[in-house]
Amino acid sequence: MKATEERLDELRRQAERTGRVDAKGVRAIGAPLPEPGAEHGYYGLPLLKPPVWTWEIPLYFFVGGAAGASAMIAVAAQASGANESLVRDARRIALAGALISTPLLISDLGRPERFLNMLRVFKPQSPMSVGAWTVVAFSTFAGAAVFADELQRRTGARVKFIRDASGAAAALTGLGMSTYTGVLLGATAIPAWSQHVNMLPIHFAASAVASASSLLELCGHRHRALPLLASGAAAYEVVATEQIRRGGLTSTSLKTAALLSGAIPLALRVLGIRSKRARRAAALASLAGSLLTRFAWVEAGKTSARDPRVPLGLDVSPV
Amino acid sequence: MTTGFLTDSTLCIGCKACEVACKEWNDVPDDGFVWSGLSYDNTLTLGASSWRHVKFVEHQPRTGCGGNAPEHSTWQFSSDVCKHCENAGCLEACPTGSIVRTEFGSVYVQPDICNGCGYCVVTCPFGVIDRRPDDGRAFKCTFCYDRQKAGMEPACAKACPTSSILFGDLEKLQVRATARVAELHAAGMSDAALYNPTETSVGGIHAMFLIRGDSRAYNLPPKPEVPTSLLPQAWTAAGIAAGAMALASLAAFAMFRPTK
Repeated sequence: MKATEERLDELRRQAERTGRVDAKGVRAIGAPLPEPGAEHGYYGLPLLKPPVWTWEIPLYFFVGGAAGASAMIAVAAQASGANESLVRDARRIALAGALISTPLLISDLGRPERFLNMLRVFKPQSPMSVGAWTVVAFSTFAGAAVFADELQRRTGARVKFIRDASGAAAALTGLGMSTYTGVLLGATAIPAWSQHVNMLPIHFAASAVASASSLLELCGHRHRALPLLASGAAAYEVVATEQIRRGGLTSTSLKTAALLSGAIPLALRVLGIRSKRARRAAALASLAGSLLTRFAWVEAGKTSARDPRVPLGLDVSPV
Repeated sequence: MTTGFLTDSTLCIGCKACEVACKEWNDVPDDGFVWSGLSYDNTLTLGASSWRHVKFVEHQPRTGCGGNAPEHSTWQFSSDVCKHCENAGCLEACPTGSIVRTEFGSVYVQPDICNGCGYCVVTCPFGVIDRRPDDGRAFKCTFCYDRQKAGMEPACAKACPTSSILFGDLEKLQVRATARVAELHAAGMSDAALYNPTETSVGGIHAMFLIRGDSRAYNLPPKPEVPTSLLPQAWTAAGIAAGAMALASLAAFAMFRPTK
């Protein structure tokens, strides 16, 4: 409370009337701070440590997810006999994503020169270990598929089987790329993440499918499966938005991400089904939404770690 | 032999000798000289460069009783440390195998292997381990692995002037803790209790705390869970997600198969 002349008068009157003043004094540091106790934990200080990850990790979640979904789309397109340039572009997006992912992961390490220590053990109980091996396997297969394809086109070498087997393996590990990041966040001590452990992998997978099909659309591919996949993912995002809201996460970034990946592209795709511009706008919105989704989730984890009320089992109703 | 700590807050006088001894023995760098304004606690939390932390659970005098009279404060001091969990979140999550279980049952980060991925930071249910910004690796209490190897007690326990920090065989300490709680109850301190979450997925801790009052006032979570317990759920969701992705992609393209 601000000390005004009125406030001083009020204090004097209260002292005269009751013989005591039931107001808190001023703490040296400023704002009234909570005491330690069952109601606020230890002075309201954070119990958990916030994630130390910087922008590289959420960006990797986006890039790696899109790459994985793209490898899956390549196989699905090839199996249905879709035109070759679509299949080829999908494979190339997968490889490009893999090539961007690894440097992002390495540069986020506290000791980047020790990246290879990730590969000295395989620990199924560590999503980070499973993820590191998935990235390596995915990159290898995505690279082999593109390489075999180029070799065949340029030299006529008969490597069709290698190309297709690598493509299939890239799709399989790609499914892992698009989903394991949800496990990575969900299976932690951070309440905002662990409370959404059942939806995060699905949410990230939908986001990955939306970004991969949107990217292919923006590359100029008109195959009708692409807008269908993107619309399906956007429709799921609308449902996910409601789940997240009910889970108590109300950050502006999560809400914006939800709009950009759900309602906006869905509306554009349904209402502007015949408009090329609407399709482009929807694809761009999906991509932006997918990217923002990953940043918003990492940010939500940082905010959540600073609040000791959930891990302490205290009342979390708004103060 | 599995060793443990029993930190008895009823004996702690808040001298912080444990913090100093730990820093000196282990060459832990300073983490900023900050006046917190929260009681006499300027360490505030365990972290990459604070492996012992004396908590000052101070109850201010009630309003109307003279806001500046420290003699009306009540105090509880408790020296916090890494819990060396039976099922340790950091150890399970470490992708390099840098974090290991030692022959003393403690959880140890091998500094020559850690690459600073930061995953242990978010999987510790007690918020203990952290990445040191200028170094890049994760650090926490080593349970004085070097000293224990040489048959000596950890530096903090050795420096403690009131035997508030007891070190020894874990099972013997558990017996001792039970006896001490009974002793305190008999002395009228009915709120004395042992903090050792054996009923949760953490499965008990090797650094136990004897505290008075609600554990939450010490930032000790009533129900800590090891994040690995969420893995079956998480991977099931990932399996559903991957299946849905594969099916949706195959079906979407099959629907628009080009006519030949």
